[in-house]
Amino acid sequence: MSLARIQVPASAKRGEVIEVRIAIQHAMEAGFRYDNNGRTIPKNVINTLVARYNGTEVFRAELGSGISANPYLQFFMTAEASGDIEFSWVDDAGERGSERAAIVVVG
Amino acid sequence: MTACLLAIVILAACSTQAAQPVPLKSGVEFASADVRSLQQDDFANPGMLWVTRGAKLWLEPAGSDGKACGTCHGDANRSMKGVASRYPRIDSVSTGLINLEGRIQQCRERRQHAPLMAYESDELLALTAYVASQSRGIPVNVEIDGSHRAHFERGRAMYYQRVGQMNLACTNCHDANWSKKLGAETISQGHGNAYPIYRLEWQAAGSLQRRFRSCLSGVRAEMFPYGAAEYLDLELYLAWRGQGLAIETPGVRR
Amino acid sequence: MPTRRQFVHAAGTLAAASLLPLDVAAQSDPFAPLIADFTGGAPIKQGRVTLDIPELADNGNAVPLRVSVENDMSSASHVQRITILSEKNPRPVIGTFHLTPRNGRALISTRIRLNGAQRLMAIAQLSDGTYWSASADVIVTSSACWDES
Repeated sequence: MSLARIQVPASAKRGEVIEVRIAIQHAMEAGFRYDNNGRTIPKNVINTLVARYNGTEVFRAELGSGISANPYLQFFMTAEASGDIEFSWVDDAGERGSERAAIVVVG
Repeated sequence: MTACLLAIVILAACSTQAAQPVPLKSGVEFASADVRSLQQDDFANPGMLWVTRGAKLWLEPAGSDGKACGTCHGDANRSMKGVASRYPRIDSVSTGLINLEGRIQQCRERRQHAPLMAYESDELLALTAYVASQSRGIPVNVEIDGSHRAHFERGRAMYYQRVGQMNLACTNCHDANWSKKLGAETISQGHGNAYPIYRLEWQAAGSLQRRFRSCLSGVRAEMFPYGAAEYLDLELYLAWRGQGLAIETPGVRR
Repeated sequence: MPTRRQFVHAAGTLAAASLLPLDVAAQSDPFAPLIADFTGGAPIKQGRVTLDIPELADNGNAVPLRVSVENDMSSASHVQRITILSEKNPRPVIGTFHLTPRNGRALISTRIRLNGAQRLMAIAQLSDGTYWSASADVIVTSSACWDES
């Protein structure tokens, strides 16, 4: 499974809009490169990424080969209750990945 | 008359004498603002994915005894601090000059009795980046005396040797033309203090030897295989030439 | 009697004219079909969207991009989707992002691949059915989509 790193603030106030960042190790193979035998390396990119905050979807990205290798995304969300933000993704080859990070919300 | 001849001889010797570029500048100083800020942002820096992977591998048991790196070395941020700044070297256990990658492989083979990680494999890059990053901010400081001397001299000779269809030596670009443009690229001084790096062109992390191979390919010279003695000697020379520069691993370069 | 040079010139012009495409006007905006796909034909307004991208990217493999929309992200009015379109990439839709009021702020950053110097367009769909866009031109010194070693 692809390695991923998530960055969220250590803690947030209820109602605060916080920044969430994720970086995933994935070649995002566009399908235009050749191997040493001259054959095209088939396209395989992460095509869907979903973020759920305490089980509810807060962000969804449909990605194409125009997204750089080792994709990096930053977005925002409103901190409501302490819990988890969980990312899950799937690539063209059907390989799934997921990663989660804890969020502490005060107030 | 004799004084004149003596002066000429001394001048000639100085001009061929290996020297550090003045002022000494890391490759990051030649990078664009976007690449620089990418290196400085520890989360956005794509090389940190390899460092994080390395941190996981550090704790993973391997080999017949099920020992992880951490079993013997404990916390890397304590035990590995400063290590990368001293490589390549002939250390107490190796039989020849080795770089950090070689040192890790040696440990895997002799201490962990685990299968070797191939040079330039993702795992070896990850562990090397993780170990080297523990020396971030520490100046490169390698030994070139004693048993290192022959390696240093060979590395220096290679640095000054014109090669390839384009008949270029490292010095032609990295001493005579640093800060000037080669196509759209700004030529750096050619130091290794940020390696393994994430290169945007590679869309992945890579070692200093991968960069050597790119350069050799660029001047249409034959590339030695990974792990070649020639590369190790050159790494030592480069480390001496760049000593004083802080380790920046994982660097980001164009 | 026309000179040989005049004759050749005239023949050349005639040949060239017959090669001219009949519908030169149709060789138009590469974004048009992509926009139509996204908006279903609804009109696009300029404004509210900011597309931040360097004017000069030294490697097309990883160009930082930030798109933001001036919006409260309330349930009454919020950004639902943002799409990024490329003029020259082999696959012109770079990505589409889905947002809800839970995001609190409509700002997304990522890194994209660019196949040479080109124009990019970001279109945002709001919950009231309106579409807003911004575009930016980027010069790329080393294109993505090439095989580099």
